[in-house]
Amino acid sequence: MALSLPSEWACAEADDMPRSSITHGAAKSSVIIATRSDVRSGKMVNSDSVQKMMDSAVENLFRQKARRVWGTLFSSNDTVGLKVNCLAGKLFSTHQEMVWSVVERLREAGVEKSQIIVWDRRNLDLERAGYKLQTRSNDVRCYGNDHAGFTRRIFEYGSVGSQLSNILYQQCNKVINFPVLKDHGIAGMTGALKNYFGAINNPNKYHLDCGDPYIADINRLYPIRKKSVLNFCDALTAQYEGGPPFMPQWSWHMNSILAATDPVAMDQIIWDIIEEKREENGFESLEAAGRKPTYIATAADQNHQCGTNDHEKINVVKV
Amino acid sequence: MSISRRIFLKKAGCAGCALACAGTISKAAAAMKNSGHLFEARYYDKLDNRKIRCNLCPRECVIDDLERGYCGVRENQGGTYYSLVYGKACSAHIDPVEKKPLFHFLPGTNAFSISTVGCNVMCKFCQNWEISQSTPEQIQSYDLPPENVAAIARQKNCSSIAYTYGEPVVFTEYMYDSAQAGHGYGVKSVMISNGYIQEKPMRDLCKVLDAVKIDLKAYTERFYKELVSGELRPVLDTLALLREENMWNEIVYLVIPNQNDDPRELRDMCKWIVKELGEDVPIHFSRFHPQYRLKNVPPTPVQTLKKAHQIALDSGLHYAYIGNVPGDPAESTYCPACGKVVIRRIGYSITENNLNSGKCSACGNPIAGVWQS
Repeated sequence: MALSLPSEWACAEADDMPRSSITHGAAKSSVIIATRSDVRSGKMVNSDSVQKMMDSAVENLFRQKARRVWGTLFSSNDTVGLKVNCLAGKLFSTHQEMVWSVVERLREAGVEKSQIIVWDRRNLDLERAGYKLQTRSNDVRCYGNDHAGFTRRIFEYGSVGSQLSNILYQQCNKVINFPVLKDHGIAGMTGALKNYFGAINNPNKYHLDCGDPYIADINRLYPIRKKSVLNFCDALTAQYEGGPPFMPQWSWHMNSILAATDPVAMDQIIWDIIEEKREENGFESLEAAGRKPTYIATAADQNHQCGTNDHEKINVVKV
Repeated sequence: MSISRRIFLKKAGCAGCALACAGTISKAAAAMKNSGHLFEARYYDKLDNRKIRCNLCPRECVIDDLERGYCGVRENQGGTYYSLVYGKACSAHIDPVEKKPLFHFLPGTNAFSISTVGCNVMCKFCQNWEISQSTPEQIQSYDLPPENVAAIARQKNCSSIAYTYGEPVVFTEYMYDSAQAGHGYGVKSVMISNGYIQEKPMRDLCKVLDAVKIDLKAYTERFYKELVSGELRPVLDTLALLREENMWNEIVYLVIPNQNDDPRELRDMCKWIVKELGEDVPIHFSRFHPQYRLKNVPPTPVQTLKKAHQIALDSGLHYAYIGNVPGDPAESTYCPACGKVVIRRIGYSITENNLNSGKCSACGNPIAGVWQS
């Protein structure tokens, strides 16, 4: 199936496209927190339960039946990238049960297997997290940026100048973002916005000053803004201290999945959850720890307009 | 010599070391490319919870498990810090030492020049950004261990090994071991660097290096912050340290229109050099060409370079040069005593050499430099 690839010139021309025209939320951004106590059977994650949580999250986000939502958002013309987060290995990466539940819904919406790419920074990260690499085109593909390479062009906004993953830029026309809810030793926390560091060639350059404004600037790059359709945050296991690597002593089974179209609203809520958990466990706030995630507010400002961090404009729905 | 540095790098990088060195890297070595082995880094502290603090450059990155430092080529794995580029050259070539540029170091000799990917700053005007701003996964590299670097340099009659193109600070372990191996073959070593390095690793390097060229990118913290993502002060400290260690040092200053070409700034810098480093430190004012993320700035007018050159001489520096302007008279070395040409150059070629045992053949005045291997 032919995919209409955007030309680099076309991307440059469309750089000012406002986020509101490419997302699907209403004036108020919704963040759905779907939780199920039966999501675990011992050490295993119950995939049926995950599927129900995902469907419930989508239905509450769009106020429509899940299958209808998927059919509206995606079609057989799409190539969809599923950007997972596999830095922390098998015990603390995006659960495959979430990914496969989305793959199933995409297939029902008419997206061919070969038009779905599960992707992260490196093949090694994916393998460590238990994902099976798949580069052939007759199945759901799964590989890292090191397999696909990066654009020659440098994409710039504000403080950043980066080459983009060819997976994001050339191979997909839509992306579903799968961050993991966790603390981050430099940026304060990592959620939907920071997960796109895995789509650029030089994230190591952008960890100064708690990632502010770099994380916001990366999310302002046109291909990321245009292609990002949905965010599902894996909070089956979450972590409030010691991230990004897995630190079991500071993690907890939240048994939740967060869903949003607005990555800023999602990150604001993730921040709230982490702060609450830190306080509960006697840890100082992220601000006191010198790593307040100020990049969230920056992503919401007039220069970025990636979403809203205003609690009054965020509708949190717990299901 | 008409080939540009950029084109050369592209060719060297794409063709790989094997081509550039005309078969001197064995097939076996080439087959080992990207074999993925790790080398434990030097200069770091282990912290709690599998974190580490890198003490190589002034950034002092604190790095979580499975993360990398700012340079992108040093990674924390389970609380141990590794260099991902030790023995992994992405570029290798034989260059005239004048191309580094080092004008007062074994003139007319060749330097076996190597680089890995990675850099600890991010200059918006970087000429070699394709390797300096990349990660090891992006660029094909070849296994070229230190012993092979030294052996190839010797075999190809290179008087020195140059660590260049990218930023050698980030592959300091590889550089140190190659320089040490080189001395075993009677080959010297020169570091072509931004000077953004901590004291301890630099002092260690001084034990095995024979010359250092530092890119002093500006004389204001503003420039370093906005265009380099670094700081000026540590670079000045490195220059002072090199002086203290009696290391032969030359300075390159890339003159960028309206960014670092203010005559007052240039005068202040030259005065600092005279006062802190001495009047015999050569300074090369290089012409800027639009590159990387600074494509909206025009090339430096030659007149601006001439002004900078004159400011250096007026400030008391004995050896000032203009670079990237082939054929300019300021490419040549003049005796500070009698004013006669000591070494005449066109581009990287020496067309006349009036140096006699390190002295001006016209008046006998000693000319500062390293003239004999």
